Amino acid sequence: MAITEAPKIVTSRMGYEDSHTIERYLATGGYEALRKAVKMTPEAVAAEVDAASLLGRGGAGFPAGRKWSMLRKAQTTYLVVNGDESEPATFKDHLLVERDPHQLVEGVLIAAYALQVTKVFIYLRGEFALGLERVQQALNDAYDKGAAGSDIFHSGYSVDVVVHPGAGAYICGEETALLESLEGKRGFPRIKPPFFPAAIGLYGEPTVVNNVETMSNLPWIINNGGAAFAALGAGRSTGTRLFALSGRVKNPGVYELEMVKTTFRDLIYAPVLGGGILDGNDLKAFIPGGVSAPWFGPEHLDLPLGQDEVGEAGSMLGSGSIVVMDSSTCAVRAALRITKFFARESCGQCTPCREGSGWLKRVLNRIESGEGREEDLDLLLDVCDNIAPGLTWPPQQTTICVLGPSIPSSIHSAILMFRDEFLHHVKDGACPYA
Amino acid sequence: MNHLSPEIRARALEIVALYPDARSALVPLCHLAQEQDGWLRPEAMEEIAQIVGVTPAEVRGTASFYDMIHLEPVGKYVISICTNIACLLRGGEDLLNHAQSSLGIGVGATTSDGMVTLEEAECLADCGRAPCVQVNHRYVGSQTPESFDSLVEKLRTGELSDSIPPHGTLIRVRRNVGSR
Repeated sequence: MAITEAPKIVTSRMGYEDSHTIERYLATGGYEALRKAVKMTPEAVAAEVDAASLLGRGGAGFPAGRKWSMLRKAQTTYLVVNGDESEPATFKDHLLVERDPHQLVEGVLIAAYALQVTKVFIYLRGEFALGLERVQQALNDAYDKGAAGSDIFHSGYSVDVVVHPGAGAYICGEETALLESLEGKRGFPRIKPPFFPAAIGLYGEPTVVNNVETMSNLPWIINNGGAAFAALGAGRSTGTRLFALSGRVKNPGVYELEMVKTTFRDLIYAPVLGGGILDGNDLKAFIPGGVSAPWFGPEHLDLPLGQDEVGEAGSMLGSGSIVVMDSSTCAVRAALRITKFFARESCGQCTPCREGSGWLKRVLNRIESGEGREEDLDLLLDVCDNIAPGLTWPPQQTTICVLGPSIPSSIHSAILMFRDEFLHHVKDGACPYA
Repeated sequence: MNHLSPEIRARALEIVALYPDARSALVPLCHLAQEQDGWLRPEAMEEIAQIVGVTPAEVRGTASFYDMIHLEPVGKYVISICTNIACLLRGGEDLLNHAQSSLGIGVGATTSDGMVTLEEAECLADCGRAPCVQVNHRYVGSQTPESFDSLVEKLRTGELSDSIPPHGTLIRVRRNVGSR
């Protein structure tokens, strides 16, 4: 395993100070892919994306091409771009939105053309104040250059793209909650089925929802061909992917790496990537794909960064965010903070999630503050089991959306891996790390 | 008599025109109201309700779901400090504790001079620069207790008024291509 020479597909402009400007974008091949796309048939554009086997980069990892093919033709349809990046420790879309907004816009226009939609909404989390400015500026420039709006590049195809701000709610990253929010309502996830908004989406019409990073890959795929993309990576995990590395590493940041060819060990320890653990400490555990994912220990370091590889090992690559905990990290405190997050962000529709997250937070807080009891460990697992019966992976669901069954991941992992540490808190009546 | 200024109201109507259903503009209009008032005043809720065609209670009920919409007055600057996992591992809680004692207020409160409201934030997607801090939802990079105090001082003296505008995440967003 090694860091490969794969091309930078979505981060090629990050070295430029003015990477967000139309001047830089045009000087580096910008909008050539869209010019090429609108000369192809929409079906041929979709076929390239299918050939790329591009898995959605939002977290669920569903093939983008298959999502598109579910859209019922000859109806009012919408494309909605999910830029509500808020899975804790995920900060890759933030980079793409602020530093290469034209690449995102061009990708969105290519997708819109392939789907033949006439209205697109880019939903960005409200906290991306600068990102909202830059994407709107990119759109203003694109309209000005004839790349968006009426009759783009004299192709006869017209599309309008609207940037929509969120207002601070994790749950709006869930695609049906995002659609509710976009309709001007509370971000309550919708009851499934239908499982995909392709059947009933925005305003009840067929809708495709794609992630920012997924869209940002499209200009390269159209320029270089789906086959060139599919030649990178291995198995179902094709192309490159952005990995957001954070926590107790020397060089936290976003790294674009070829899928499957690189391991967690490379990412965390390679001098040009994570650079190893802070203060020369030992790695204690790491989260491989956002806080909804079960934790891994040092024995998983040689797993490749691939969707199926991580799934088969009992967790998920999820949103591509890796959080490193070291020997100075209290596992109880880490699980408590993650649970506090879920308790705050539960939308409140489903009892197991709304009530369970609050109880779990209180019991964990009791243990962390030294007032826990030994039987609290079983109590925690029992409440987790009520939210996600059997505590399997992937989890069983008792709630409308996957926020609920994401809650047990950190607690179950922490107890499985660091039971002694919980017991220390109970016996000593205090946090040993305090 | 409208509560929203003519300029804000004109922008509100432009935003409404972008959507097939006016209600979609509800949250963006709340951001515009905060641009004017700093928070979502009841008078603004009534006007937004009238513009998008719902009741004021529906505006309040929707707005209260979202962390960025303030139903009570806030300071000139809202400082959000993240303590979620990536920031916790890099001193986020210590920074929040420091901010509370340095500002002399608890989380959710506003300094007596009305300059700063302190918030404990969930992940703000800037984990490479943890602990992550935003002021009026502008990223200000990783902060130490010392740099935090100097940041607050600069906010108080107005030294950062160019880089950190007042409230409203759309304050510098302008769509200049009309509605098509």
